[in-house]
Amino acid sequence: MLAFILRRIFQSVIVMLTVALVSFALFRYVGDPVTSMVGQETSLEDRAALRDALGLNDPFFVQFARFLGNAVQGDFGISYRLQEPVMGLILSRLPATLELALISGALAFIFGVGFGVYTALRRRGIISNAIMTLSLIGVSLPTFLIGVLLIWIFAVELQILPSFGRGEVVALPGGWSTGLLTPSGRASLILPAITLGLYQMTLIMRLVRAEMLEVLRADYIRFARARGLSDRAVHFGHALKNTLVPVITITGLQLGSIIAFAIITETVFQWPGVGALFINSVRAVDVPVMAAYLMLIALVFVIINLIVDLLYYAVDPRLRVDRGAGASA
Amino acid sequence: MSEPLLSLRDVVVEFPTRRGVLRALDGISLDVNAGEVLGLVGESGAGKSMIGSAIIGLIAPPGRIASGEIRLSGQRIDNLGPSQMRALRGKRIGMVFQDPLTSLNPLYTIADQLVETIRTHLPVTAAEARAQAIALLDRVGIPAAAQRIDDYPHHFSGGMRQRVVIALALCAQPDLVIADEPTTALDVSVQAQIIDLLKDICAERGAAVVLITHDMGVIAQTADRVAVVYAGRMAEIGPVSDVIHRPAHPYTRGLMGSIPSLREERARLVQIPGAMPRLDAISAGCAFHPRCDVATAACATTRPAMTHLVSAQKGEQSADRFAACLLLDHTAREGGEHGG
Amino acid sequence: MMARLSDSLTRAYHSDLAYNFRKSPVAVLAALVALSLVLAAVFAPLLAPSNPYDPASLNLMDGFTPPMTENAFTGNSYLLGTDNQGRDVLSTILYGARLSLFVGVMAVLFAMLLGIGAGLIAGWRGGWVDTVLMRVADVQLSFPSILIALLIFGVARGLIAPDQRDTMAIWVLIISIGLSDWVQYARVVRSATMVEKNKEYVQAARIIGVRPVVILTRHILPNVMGPVLVIATIGLALAIIAEATLSFLGVGVPPTEPSLGTLIRIGQQYLFSGEWWILLFPAIALLALALSVNLLGDWLRDALNPRLR
Repeated sequence: MLAFILRRIFQSVIVMLTVALVSFALFRYVGDPVTSMVGQETSLEDRAALRDALGLNDPFFVQFARFLGNAVQGDFGISYRLQEPVMGLILSRLPATLELALISGALAFIFGVGFGVYTALRRRGIISNAIMTLSLIGVSLPTFLIGVLLIWIFAVELQILPSFGRGEVVALPGGWSTGLLTPSGRASLILPAITLGLYQMTLIMRLVRAEMLEVLRADYIRFARARGLSDRAVHFGHALKNTLVPVITITGLQLGSIIAFAIITETVFQWPGVGALFINSVRAVDVPVMAAYLMLIALVFVIINLIVDLLYYAVDPRLRVDRGAGASA
Repeated sequence: MSEPLLSLRDVVVEFPTRRGVLRALDGISLDVNAGEVLGLVGESGAGKSMIGSAIIGLIAPPGRIASGEIRLSGQRIDNLGPSQMRALRGKRIGMVFQDPLTSLNPLYTIADQLVETIRTHLPVTAAEARAQAIALLDRVGIPAAAQRIDDYPHHFSGGMRQRVVIALALCAQPDLVIADEPTTALDVSVQAQIIDLLKDICAERGAAVVLITHDMGVIAQTADRVAVVYAGRMAEIGPVSDVIHRPAHPYTRGLMGSIPSLREERARLVQIPGAMPRLDAISAGCAFHPRCDVATAACATTRPAMTHLVSAQKGEQSADRFAACLLLDHTAREGGEHGG
Repeated sequence: MMARLSDSLTRAYHSDLAYNFRKSPVAVLAALVALSLVLAAVFAPLLAPSNPYDPASLNLMDGFTPPMTENAFTGNSYLLGTDNQGRDVLSTILYGARLSLFVGVMAVLFAMLLGIGAGLIAGWRGGWVDTVLMRVADVQLSFPSILIALLIFGVARGLIAPDQRDTMAIWVLIISIGLSDWVQYARVVRSATMVEKNKEYVQAARIIGVRPVVILTRHILPNVMGPVLVIATIGLALAIIAEATLSFLGVGVPPTEPSLGTLIRIGQQYLFSGEWWILLFPAIALLALALSVNLLGDWLRDALNPRLR
């Protein structure tokens, strides 16, 4: 168990180092940091002096090591566009993105698994066919279009939900700000959460359905039926648990995608999160923010991967090598 | 004679497909008496397993029993509702599947699966069910059952898993056990042990066994009677020694000829030429006639019915001995000559 | 002998496919919709009532004309109305779809070339080349392709001088979307190459000295065209959506040459003032395009039934 975790953590560090290398290359070689920091009128001597002061003439690995050292301390430099420390910019916007991503992820998982199981069990039913058809449209519908259409229906025509922003936000200790504690904050979350979660929901639903149909054909399900177990025990006790093993992996990885897809949703709803910050940085070629965002996303992916692996380990006894661990379930 | 425990009469199982209706079983009739072992043989795809599925009511949709009836202790069970059928499964009819590696849910312990099954059918507490489960595991030959019960399926070898499967099939004391190729997936070295275990434990509990296999050797050692199935139809049924020594149907004769140990006087094994027809390509008349070495013109047009056999020696009808062949007199005589 | 066998197989395969197609009303409908959209886009200059890229043909007085209504100032009437600059919405949709399809098709072709090339090399050479290529593919696959495309787009913009950014924008877009989507092709082609490589006819061809390039293109590529076609069809739908998304986010094509995504972005700004047609019609066009291509891809996958993953 410990060896397993250590090996996983080691792999994660390798991935992070690779991403850091890409991130550093981006930071260092896309555009000229000096040109981006000084005005037009700065003399060549001043530029050379600044170049030296920034250590841009040092050997590659020295620069990379410095970049890594700074990154570990949360220092990604100054944003070209906003002239503020990048880390502060990201941290102040992180709560908005995380709240949105977690709520959408939860919605996507709950409804995705629910609809997936339903359509697998009632394969030929009318409602199942309707859900499947809608899901195909859901997959084809670009996320931004879903958002725009939701705004049109619920904000413009019905005027029952806000179309932009986070609503009223409450500051919590530790620098966290939450919209979950105020009515306007919660109302503001609804449309973005649906927009962001819908695509993931259809993916999870289709996956659960396919897996469940596969599992329902398995011998142990036939044997469970042949022993006279109730449909409920067969479907939800035996089939669902086996279905969820692969679903957990994909869903975990989807959570990472959600944070990335938040870029689109945040733009549509002018949600003050990290994604909107990133897209503005891409537009303005604000390289330090792009590099930091890349590292942040990679970190989130790596952490989620780690959690998924551990979950997998907890759910599937076949992965547990030592026998004693299996006795309690 | 008392009523048979299980009785199938003219059972037809059909699968509607895009290219028309396939008949997986066509007019299957057989009886199983309480406590006896009935062997069910035939080559792959003949419909042996389908008979098992039909009895326990687990034919995969869209397949269905189109006509005929199945009775358990005189009560019809082919037309029961889902919940009534469920109450029979496990409780009155147990089933053992072919592959023990895939028959057990990998995510639950043996205890979980046994206790769940026992408590579904018997009014006992979890603790009582667990005690019963341990006793049963002990009986099927799992060493240190009290400790091993909390293991997961992947902790057991194939032979041990099949013992667990047998325990699961028997844990609610059924009167009938359907064993569908219970040893095919196992090592040759443990096959005999598992068959012996199955036979002994069922005899102990007075449960009848329908043993589905393509292994005539197993049938010869284990079964009381044997039914031969070909292309979804009955070819022959009768007491094991009778059928083995004096096969009436040309197909049965071919089957016997292909067993090494039973025909020592023959220099070489006999092969039945050709292959069993696909279900959508069964010819008119006798399904076997294209491969039959004694077929006549009539065999291609007239479908033979199951008929009571006339014993060659005594010239009288032998009880419980049926075959479906137009040339029955001819073949019975031939078989008789071979046997005597 | 080999050629004749594969020839007859191909024919049976295609007749089966054709039969399957006629039997699927969804596929036929999707094909009809996709085909008419593609034709409309290709012939946009002939079909469109006006050229929305030509500033001279625009009249700001025509702006915000609702569909099939006479404009209060100019008396002009447009089937689908006009946008804020007085551009005919139908014309912008036709030209926009043309641009969206162009970017989509080019991006798919680029991804296909890249993926097939990488797959062939990785499968044929094996060893460290294979390891490196597939590692890169694995890492890239674990990130959403829209994020990859955004990053590549951002990097490319950083590398291009600011005054050339708008003129290069479409090609940057094509490369970004193409680079974000090559992995699937590479995987399928690689595994097929590894299987075929060890077959006797390939060994025989190698022994008699047939060049690897010839073996790869003549013998191995035809074997993977089915799955590649499926990936490409679904990939086209994804590329169209990706282009629309990037343009909607304001990092895609320049606003002077709007694609469907840009049109939706413009339309969203006028939702609250009630000019719904500026949004709705481009949205319907995009949805019809993406959905019909997607359905075709779905059908093709089921019909060919290759193991995609």
